[in-house]
Amino acid sequence: MRVNFTVNGRPQEADDVWEGESLLYVLRERMGLPGSKNACEQGECGSCTVRLDGVPVCSCLVAAGQVEGRDVVTVEGLAEYAKERTEHGSCGTGACGTPLDAAKKWQAKPTQDSQTGEGVELSPIQQAFIDAGAVQCGFCTPGLLIAADELLERQSDPSDQDIREALSGNLCRCTGYEKILDAVRLAAARQGEAV
Amino acid sequence: MAQNTRTVPAGTPTNVTQNHTKGGIGESTLRPDGTLKVTGEFAYSSDMWHEDMLWGQTLRSTVAHAEIVSIDVSEALAMSGVYAVLTYDDLPAETKNYGLEIQDTPVLAHGRVRHHGEPVALIAADHPETARRAAAKVRIEYKELPLVTDEASALAPDAPLIHEGRDDHHAGHVPHPNIVHRQPIVRGNVEEARKRADVIVEGEYVFGMQDQAFLGPESGLAVPAEDGGVDLYVATQWLHSDLRQIAPVLGLPEEKVRMTLSGVGGAFGGREDLSMQIHACLLALRTGKPVKIVYNRFESFFGHVHRHPAKLHYEHGATKDGKLTHLKARIVLDGGAYASASPAVVGNASSLGAGPYVVDDVEIEAVALYTNNPPCGAMRGFGAVQACFAYEAQMDKLAAKLGMDPVEFRQINAMEQGTLMPTGQVVDSPAPVAELLRRVKARPMPPERQWESAGEGADVRALPGGLSNTTHGEGVVRGVGYAVGIKNVGFSEGFDDYSTARVVLQVINGEPVAMVHTAMAEVGQGGVTVHAQIARTELGVTQVTIHPADTQVGSAGSTSASRQTYMTGGAVKNTCEAVREKVLEIGRRKNGSYHPAWATAELLLEGGKVVTDGGEVLATLADVLEGEDPIDLELEFRHRPTVPFDLVTGQGDGHVQYTFAAHRAVVEVDTELGLVKVVELATAQDVGKALNMLSVVGQIQGGTTQGLGVAVMEEIIVDPKTAKVRNPSFTDYLIPTILDTPTIPVDVLELADPNAPYGLRGLGEAPTLSSTPAVLAAIRNATGLELNKTPVRPEALTGTL
Repeated sequence: MRVNFTVNGRPQEADDVWEGESLLYVLRERMGLPGSKNACEQGECGSCTVRLDGVPVCSCLVAAGQVEGRDVVTVEGLAEYAKERTEHGSCGTGACGTPLDAAKKWQAKPTQDSQTGEGVELSPIQQAFIDAGAVQCGFCTPGLLIAADELLERQSDPSDQDIREALSGNLCRCTGYEKILDAVRLAAARQGEAV
Repeated sequence: MAQNTRTVPAGTPTNVTQNHTKGGIGESTLRPDGTLKVTGEFAYSSDMWHEDMLWGQTLRSTVAHAEIVSIDVSEALAMSGVYAVLTYDDLPAETKNYGLEIQDTPVLAHGRVRHHGEPVALIAADHPETARRAAAKVRIEYKELPLVTDEASALAPDAPLIHEGRDDHHAGHVPHPNIVHRQPIVRGNVEEARKRADVIVEGEYVFGMQDQAFLGPESGLAVPAEDGGVDLYVATQWLHSDLRQIAPVLGLPEEKVRMTLSGVGGAFGGREDLSMQIHACLLALRTGKPVKIVYNRFESFFGHVHRHPAKLHYEHGATKDGKLTHLKARIVLDGGAYASASPAVVGNASSLGAGPYVVDDVEIEAVALYTNNPPCGAMRGFGAVQACFAYEAQMDKLAAKLGMDPVEFRQINAMEQGTLMPTGQVVDSPAPVAELLRRVKARPMPPERQWESAGEGADVRALPGGLSNTTHGEGVVRGVGYAVGIKNVGFSEGFDDYSTARVVLQVINGEPVAMVHTAMAEVGQGGVTVHAQIARTELGVTQVTIHPADTQVGSAGSTSASRQTYMTGGAVKNTCEAVREKVLEIGRRKNGSYHPAWATAELLLEGGKVVTDGGEVLATLADVLEGEDPIDLELEFRHRPTVPFDLVTGQGDGHVQYTFAAHRAVVEVDTELGLVKVVELATAQDVGKALNMLSVVGQIQGGTTQGLGVAVMEEIIVDPKTAKVRNPSFTDYLIPTILDTPTIPVDVLELADPNAPYGLRGLGEAPTLSSTPAVLAAIRNATGLELNKTPVRPEALTGTL
C-alpha cells in the first residue's frame, strides 16, 4: 500500500508498504530516518518515541497505515520543531512543523567535514542532554528527547517527580537517569531564563 | 546486477573532530559524538543500510536439549523473496565452532541442540517479515534428550555429558566433564582458625540470572567484497577477538574480513561473545548481496550470554572483638550450554570471593557447570558480583551476631594497601575500603516521610507502588543497608593483555591536528572523549580527530573488565609520548642551533607550542612540523604481567589492579504488599584519577542502577522442568525505570595508583557489585527477613508464596 504523511514538516510518500509494517519501520527503513530507535519494538522502552499529531507515541506500536494524512515529528526534526515553537508561539497540538512552503524548499544539510555537528542548531533539550552528560550509548536518547521536550512544552518548571513520571516510559540502561534528570532541569532553567 | 557498483553503506562511521582550547585530562569535556547522538544522526549497527541489501533471520531451537533428527528447508527456500536458507551442512570451512576461550559453540547446530534458542538455520530474504515467515517454514524434527539443569543433574552418575570428548585446556583438571573449570583458593589453615572463632555464621545464597539488557539490539551489516572477502559493520566489544573467531569459520584469511565498529547501543559484557557476526557474513557470501541482521528484543534475550546465576555457600568466623578468623566458601556458577567466559568468571569469583577484607585462613572453591540452561558469560562485575552479594550478607550476619555496627565491623576487617589477598597477591596501591564506608555512612539521611516533602500530602510517586497508588504511607517501613566490594581491573591470570594506539600529528590549514586511531569499542562509556583529552594533554593541540574503530589498526583488547581507559587510554598516552619525542627530534634538528634549551631543558608541548618546563616558548608546533611528513606512529601498550592461579592452591599474582566502591541504600518497604522503593543509593568510589569527572559519575550511577535492578526486579526465569526461558521481553524482564531509580549521590576519591597511566583506576564495574547487597541489607533492615536470593520479589516479603 501507499502511505502519505508529513514527517518533520515535509510531506512524504511511502510505497509498497506491507500492511504489518510499523511507523517505526517505515521511518527507519523506507525514509532514511533511523533516529527513532528499535530497542524493544513492543512499546516497553520508549526508544522509538515520536510525536504523532503532537502526541508522544511509541512508533513501533503504530501501524504505518494509521498515519495516513497525519503529522509526525522525529528526533531528526526536533530542533526545527522546537525553533518553530519558540518563534511562532507555543504549539500544544503539534501541528506546527515546518510550513508547507518552507518544507518544499527544504534541503538536506550539506555533508560536513567535521562529523561532530559543531555549529548545528539544537533544541534546548538536545543541548542540555549533551551538557549534562545525559548521553552515554545514546540509544535511548532520541525517545527521551521527544518525551522530555513534550514535558517542557506543557510544563515549564516540572518538579523532579513530574520529570520522573513523564519519562517513566523511556528505559535507559547506561546512565542511572540522574544525568537525564539534570538535563531536563537544565533545559527548564535555561527556558525560564530565556522568557 | 548492482553488485559491481556497490556504494559505501549508509551509516558507515566517519572521522569525528573535536576542537577544544582546554579539554585535557581532568576536564569534564563533552562527548565528541554527543551532537550526532542527540540529533539522531549517529548511526548504530541497526541503522546500517545498503541499497540492495537482504535481511537475515536466525532460526533457533524451540527445545533445550535434543537430537536433531531432520531439517527440511525446501518449503522455506521455495518462498518468493527468499535468497538463501543455510544449515550446518552449508558451512564452508573445516572450522565449525567458535568461542572466546574454548571453541565449543557451533555456528549452527550439528545434530544436537544444547539450549533453548540455539541457532539452527539462517535465512536471507528481501524483507524481514519474509525472512521470519520463511523461518517458520523450516521443518525441524527434534528428539528430546534428558536435561541437565543444575549441579545435581550435571554430576549425577548417569548425567548426559553436555560436551562429550572434551579436549580443551581445562578438561584435564576438572573433576567432571560437566564442570567447565574449577578454581580452589587455599591459604592458611581454616580448620585451625575456626577454633579461634567466637562466632560462626553460615549462609546459602542464590543469585538470579541477570541480562545485560543493552538497548541497541545485536545487529550489523555484512557486505561481500570483490576479492571474495567481506566487510562487516557491527556493534561489538572487541573487534579483533571477533575477527579471530569469524575468519576461520568463513574459511577466509583475517585480512579478507574487514571489520568496522558501528554505533554500539550499550554492551555491559553482552557483546563479548559473537552473535550475528558469522551468520551475516555467511549469508552475504552465499548470496553475493549485503545482508543486514537486526535481532528483535525477544531474540536478543537468546542472542547473547547472561550473568551466571550462582549458588554460594559461605561460612565465616570472627572473634568477640570483631576480627574475621576464617572463610570457607563454595561458589557454583551455572555456565549453561557453552563455555563463553565461564573459566575467567570462575577465576574472578574465587580470587575475589573473600571480598575487600583481611582474612588469613581461607578455603574457597568456585566451579562453573555445563548445563542445558542458557549460556552465561560476561556481564559487568564478572563473577565478583555474585560473591559480593554473599560475603556482604555474611558481614551483616556476623555484625548482628556480635552486636556490632555493620559498618564498624567491616571497617575493623577492611583491607588496606599492603594487605595480602587470599591468592597471596599484595594489594600494592591504595585500598581505601574503610574510608569509602565512612563516607557513605557520614552522608546526611534523606528526610523521613520523604513522600510528604512537598508539603501537599503524599506524593505516591515517591512511595512503594508508585502511581499504582497502593499506599499513602501506611505500612511503610524504612531500612538502611551498607555494602562494599572489590573488583579486578584488566584481563588477569597471565593473559597477554595489550592495547594499540595509532596517533598521527600533522598541520592542517596552519593548525596542528592530532588523529587518534584505535580499535577500541566505544560502547557508550566515553572512551572517545578521554582519548581526545589525552591527546590534548600530551601533544598540546586543541583539535583532535577520532578515527572510526576498525581492524586496520592493532587490537585494543576488549571494552570489558573496567580496562579501556587504563589500557587504550594508556596506549594513546604512550603513542602520544612517542609522537612528542619525534616532534622534539624534528625541532632539535631544525632549531636546535638557535636556542640551547632545545638540548638542555625538559620540553613540553602546550597550547600548540614547544615550551620548556620553565615556560619559555621555543617554537610553535606548526613551525616545527611545517614541510614535514605527518608523524604517524602505531604502538602497543601492556600492563604489568600477571600469572595464572595455581590450580590446586589458587596462589599467584593473578590480577593487575583492584578497584573498590561502597554503597549505602535507603529503602522504604510497604510491608503489607511487599513493594520496595529505593529512596537513595549513595556511593563512594576511589577512581585513582578522574580523567573526566562527568563521565566518571555517569559510569558510577549507571553501574549502581544495574545493581539495583538485580536486587529488586531483574531475573531471567528458566523453567527448571524444560530449561526454557520464560520471560524474554521487556514486558516480563523488568529493568529499572526512572521512577524505580533513586537519587544516587556520588563521592569520588582520587588516590593515585602509581602503576597506572595518570594514576587512574578502572571504574566501570565496581559500583555494580556493592549496590545489590546494600539494597538487600536495607530491605532486611526494614523487614527483619533473611532474604538470601536476588531479586527480592513481593512474595519474598509477604510470605504469600
